Amino acid sequence: MLEIENLTHAYGSGPLIVGGIDLRVEAGELVSIVGPSGCGKSTLLRCIAGLQRPSGGLVTKDGKVVEQVPDDLAVVFQDYSRSLFPWLSVRDNVALPLRRRGLKRAARHEAADQALESVGLAEAGSKYPWQLSGGMQQRASIARALAYRPTLLIMDEPFGSVDAQTREDLEDLLLSVRGNGGMTILLVTHDIDESVYVGDRVVVLTKSPTRVRADLRVGLPAKRDQITTRGLPEFVHLRAEVGRLVRGIGTPVQSAS
Amino acid sequence: MRKIQIVRGTIGVAGAVAVAELASRSGLVDPAALPAASTVLQRAAELTVDGEFLADVTDTLKAWLGGLALATLIALAAGLALGSTPWLGRASRIVVEFMRPIPSVALIPLAIVTFSSATQSKMALVCYAATWPILINTLYALRDVDPLAKETLRSFGFGPAAVLLRVNLPSIAPFVATGVRISASVGLVVVISTELVAGGEGIGSYLTETQSGGGRPDLMLAGAVWAGVLGLLINAVLVAAERRAFRWHTVRTGASA
Ligand SMILES: Nc1ncnc2c1ncn2[C@@H]1O[C@H](COP(=O)(O)OP(=O)(O)OP(=O)(O)O)[C@@H](O)[C@H]1O
Ligand SMILES: [Mg+2]
Repeated sequence: MLEIENLTHAYGSGPLIVGGIDLRVEAGELVSIVGPSGCGKSTLLRCIAGLQRPSGGLVTKDGKVVEQVPDDLAVVFQDYSRSLFPWLSVRDNVALPLRRRGLKRAARHEAADQALESVGLAEAGSKYPWQLSGGMQQRASIARALAYRPTLLIMDEPFGSVDAQTREDLEDLLLSVRGNGGMTILLVTHDIDESVYVGDRVVVLTKSPTRVRADLRVGLPAKRDQITTRGLPEFVHLRAEVGRLVRGIGTPVQSAS
Repeated sequence: MRKIQIVRGTIGVAGAVAVAELASRSGLVDPAALPAASTVLQRAAELTVDGEFLADVTDTLKAWLGGLALATLIALAAGLALGSTPWLGRASRIVVEFMRPIPSVALIPLAIVTFSSATQSKMALVCYAATWPILINTLYALRDVDPLAKETLRSFGFGPAAVLLRVNLPSIAPFVATGVRISASVGLVVVISTELVAGGEGIGSYLTETQSGGGRPDLMLAGAVWAGVLGLLINAVLVAAERRAFRWHTVRTGASA
């Protein structure tokens, strides 16, 4: 579905940020990406999304080289509050991308309301983004991406500002989306437990100029829940492993490739 | 807050009127040159049913509105063209900063010889003077459009035209509106100044006529009062319209008073 070959990037004449990434993602996979703060995770995602032309290397989606933003893509940006349009209501924000789907106004609003409900924002549709808390804004931008039903969903630390309970709900929402949508998902997170809980694979990046340090397959059952899954020996083992790798200790493993 | 402002304003105006009244009645200034304030206000009230004066007001407003509308179109189109091409924008900013300080009143003689009708000259001069504030606000606002907002729309596969229409235009709208409001005041000054010099119809001509040949200073001042009231009214209407239309902007920037 997605193939990244020797991707490198430097902003202008600045230092190399992305130092050569190779990654293959199958259709329907959810790949968690973790790495030290500032290592270039957002930069990597922007290159994959076609928003930033990489300095070197190749991104291929469904056999086509990504030169512009590919069709059927949605991004949940790390800076969620700036990515919502303040002049539109929350419902209109969520509904706007659906114009690209050729939906009529009523259909757009229905889809938007449905998506808002799925992230627990059923009541907020007619409010404006700046009338919502940070966590609610973040959920609104997740709803916008989900309503669009992309084949590739890119999420950059999408649960950073929500409370613990909502975070668990959103993680489960993501698992259910992956289960029945055939959506391929790249999720950048700084929460190691989360990367294991929702992921089919966990990709650990090195510090900048970033490379793939490890690519671990998550051997957990497809059906997961917050209580049981987090208690499984495989979960406990993996999170310790990922934790060591992120901190730069432990042997790099390439179990997934 | 608003109420206090109104009360203060009323006290200020009443105070000024009282001082003017006293100055005239006490013989401090020659009542023939500066009639009592009460007389002026009475004449001003009578002018509301004076057909000739009303025709003058209509004429002034027509030239003002025509010039302002034209300026808005020109400035917006030029601003979008210059702002969308970075090098053109940089080069043009110098030209704009150089042209802007030329007082449009200095161009009155040129306008008179260039245009056959007085209305045309007035409109052209208003248009010239009103273009700059709108153009400059458009240019600076375009430069400050949040790149992440544009990127968000691009990430859903929207093209440059959609970005212009759905992100750039809404983002700059409040600043353009402020430019229009500034231009509206400038334009009123210019149109009346032109009428003072060039004659023809309009409030400015009314002022010249009532002043000439011994004249009627009471009527002249009554006309001036109406010119002031027009300026205040126009400003108040535009401020109220901005508050209503761009609540998202005033709330976010904390500019609401
Ligand atoms: N538009 C840009 N121009 C120049 N440098 C940039 C730009 N965006 C990011 N950088 C630099 O690239 C480096 C990596 O930034 P990036 O945001 O990709 O890291 P990150 O891993 O997402 O960080 P975080 O964990 O804080 O989200 C940083 O040093 C940053 O200063
Ligand atoms: Mg980041």
